[in-house]
Amino acid sequence: MIKRAWFQFIFSLLAVLMLIFIAAPIIRLVTGSSPEVIISTVKEKEVYSSILLTFKASLVATLISLLLGIPLAYLLARVDFPGKVLIEGVIDLPVIIPHTAVGIALLMVFGRRFWAGRIFSYLGVDFIGEFNGIVLAMMFVSLPFLVNEVKEGFRGIDIKLERVARSLGASPAQAFFRVALPLNKEHILSGSLMMWARGLSEFGAVVIMAYHPMTAPVLIFERFTSFGLKYSSPVAAIMVLTSLLVFIALRLFNGKEKGIKDD
Amino acid sequence: MIKIHGLTKRLKDFNIEDIDLDIKEKEYFVILGPTGTGKTVLLELIAGLVCPDRGNIFFNGEELTELPPEERNIGMVYQDYMLFPHLNVKENITFGLKVRGVKREERERALKKIVRLFRIEHLLTRDVKNLSGGEQQRVALARALITAPRILLLDEPLSALDPGTKEQLQENLKELHERLETTTIHITHDFNEALALADRIAIMHNGKIVQTGKPEGIFKQPNSSFVAEFVGVKNIFRGRVLVEGEDKYVELNNGLKIAVITDREGWVNLIVRPEDIFISYEPFLSSARNCFSGEVVNIRNRLSMVELTVDIGVELIVYITGHSLKEMGITRGKRVFVTFKASAVHVF
Repeated sequence: MIKRAWFQFIFSLLAVLMLIFIAAPIIRLVTGSSPEVIISTVKEKEVYSSILLTFKASLVATLISLLLGIPLAYLLARVDFPGKVLIEGVIDLPVIIPHTAVGIALLMVFGRRFWAGRIFSYLGVDFIGEFNGIVLAMMFVSLPFLVNEVKEGFRGIDIKLERVARSLGASPAQAFFRVALPLNKEHILSGSLMMWARGLSEFGAVVIMAYHPMTAPVLIFERFTSFGLKYSSPVAAIMVLTSLLVFIALRLFNGKEKGIKDD
Repeated sequence: MIKIHGLTKRLKDFNIEDIDLDIKEKEYFVILGPTGTGKTVLLELIAGLVCPDRGNIFFNGEELTELPPEERNIGMVYQDYMLFPHLNVKENITFGLKVRGVKREERERALKKIVRLFRIEHLLTRDVKNLSGGEQQRVALARALITAPRILLLDEPLSALDPGTKEQLQENLKELHERLETTTIHITHDFNEALALADRIAIMHNGKIVQTGKPEGIFKQPNSSFVAEFVGVKNIFRGRVLVEGEDKYVELNNGLKIAVITDREGWVNLIVRPEDIFISYEPFLSSARNCFSGEVVNIRNRLSMVELTVDIGVELIVYITGHSLKEMGITRGKRVFVTFKASAVHVF
């Protein structure tokens, strides 16, 4: 008994230290500026438009990834083929490459010096210093969160459910859209949320693709290097607060919907 | 009606090997085998959900082997029913009609009919997660049968249920088949279930069909010791065929000689059915050629009879009625004679 109590105590202590480490800087940041300063900062056009831009770019990145990522996730969950492990490794790559390197790599493909970039440019889509570039950067670094979550979701659905659907006359596409996809709704939603949130916070890859238009993380960086801590911290606080609010709201909404369904 | 020829599929854990089956129209066909012998995969092959490595499947002469499942019109009910958890009972049942683009009025009409047949009107708006095992099964069957499939495949439909429900549902399946006459292939590991339902049985072992026939035939004349043991046959012995003049015997390892009628030679298995053996206190003078003396070593009460174990050099199981036991005053340790005809010995 005594031994177990010690074990619990030490583990709780370590756990609390970990939590303080996460919470302290955030609380300090959010409470560091007076409400008046925060409100006046929000009213700056440069600040609110950069926050809006950040949310919008990450949303677009997530939507594109849903279109391309769900088929990928489904294939990985359902089909066995040689080299599958390798592909699953490739999907995790964006997490381990330095994000500034990601930015440079994207620049080399989507810049006008490479044929891919030239084709897009010919079609009227440019990336460097553009909204589109921000979307690409956010998409690259955050898509593993979506693809992996959706893949796990598909894996958790008994393949026999789709087989029954087929035996009842459903084509492969019908079995996917009427059975697999709706059953994976929750994973798709939470994967999207994770990806979107991860995209919002991206700095390294974004700053290389597009310094302007300025996303919130870039704006914070610019204010810090040009004007110092005092001017950058209100913007940082606003970004953190907005993200938190949106995130909590979505989680609540999601949870509520789940609750109703379980009744 | 359904002809399966040389069907083969190699998988990681087991193989389906060279399956030949010929199932007749309206037949209730049971495939019986221990768990893990690939019975489910065989059904999935028939349904077209898994592709065979080799072999063909014909339906009334038309080859189905390459046809995708949605064009086969073969209904499949899995062991755990696999109701769609995101749809309610009604949506589950009408799924097959919806994906086929059947019009709403027609769907409603078919639904009404099938729902009445299964007596599940009261369940229609229910969430499938709150159904009992029996209700789930009825919904799964209704879902499979609403499209009027040409064959119904049932994968261990009764094994997930408690004994009481199981018996009830077994009856329901039988009734259903009598009513709809849908050709049915039912797989199970339970011999009694097979006995109760099957027109014919195929026994599967290690991915192969080892015997096919009517239930009584398989029970009375198993063609291998695996089948005999699996269907619960008693008194299986192994020995060598001896010919003495016109008479044939099987000599067991301990020297016991049992008179038989057979054309086989060398090592064989033999079965004496417990209900074919007579018990007496005196040697029994009759046309039966096997008569041995032995000691009653065990008496066990069964449901409708008494099971005696008589040691005649090998332990022989004998069934008698409780009435005979009382009347003859048989107790443990008494010496008795056992008698059975040579023609009652099944040699294989």
